[in-house]
Amino acid sequence: MSQSYNRGLIEDFSRWREFEAGMWAWIFHKFTGWVLIGYLFTHIAVLSTAIPAAGAEQAVLAAEADIYTQTIVTLEELLLVRVLEVGLLAVAVFHMLNGTRLLLVDLGIGLESQDKSFYASLILTGAITVASVPTFIAGAF
Amino acid sequence: MAERYSSFQQGGTMWFLQRVTAVFLLVVLAFHFFLLHFVNHADEVSFLASSARMETLSYYSLMVLFLFTATFHGVNGVYNALVNQGLSGTKRTVIKWTLIAASALLIVQGVRTANAWAGGFPLF
Repeated sequence: MSQSYNRGLIEDFSRWREFEAGMWAWIFHKFTGWVLIGYLFTHIAVLSTAIPAAGAEQAVLAAEADIYTQTIVTLEELLLVRVLEVGLLAVAVFHMLNGTRLLLVDLGIGLESQDKSFYASLILTGAITVASVPTFIAGAF
Repeated sequence: MAERYSSFQQGGTMWFLQRVTAVFLLVVLAFHFFLLHFVNHADEVSFLASSARMETLSYYSLMVLFLFTATFHGVNGVYNALVNQGLSGTKRTVIKWTLIAASALLIVQGVRTANAWAGGFPLF
């Protein structure tokens, strides 16, 4: 006699333990996507300080004492902001490389080696991020 | 094993637009990062320097198009991710219109900011 059990939770848990490159690429792509759209809203909010700054006197703008310039310069002086910017770069680069991988798969290119192209995306993201650290941190100390 | 993971129903208009905007964003986002972090440095930003770039019609148009495509790509991605997680019915409608309203707000604020730098729409 067969009996059916609801194995939903157990199977959901097993799925996490069974490593699959495609699944992790999907999770990372989704996570980086959420970060990027969140950042876009923050980015426009910070840049919006340009609206009141546009009404400042020419002398204030020339002296870089307007609210837009001051906001950006003050944020850039914080080491935490610089570190977050490096993180943002890593997130954006991964999303771009993995996105390229997805576009290629959609075009029928490389589905059989999609796990290798995921590892390549990760390695390249790491390399580009590390290589960019000096530029992103310059002037923070 | 080559299993395919995607939040999008393949072949639809939104699926297609997501990919078209992706190709555009790949190029423009790379350009944006390169110009504002490697050519110019983020800690040397000033209103007048941003203004000088935005007063050029080609740069202004590129940035406004960048804003539109990034907003669409991001919000459409979020919406599809939620639908993929099982969002349906009234909740789906409410979230859809909330996301559309948030997008409109972001685009209006972004264009206002671009115009603040450019001193209005740049004609030349």
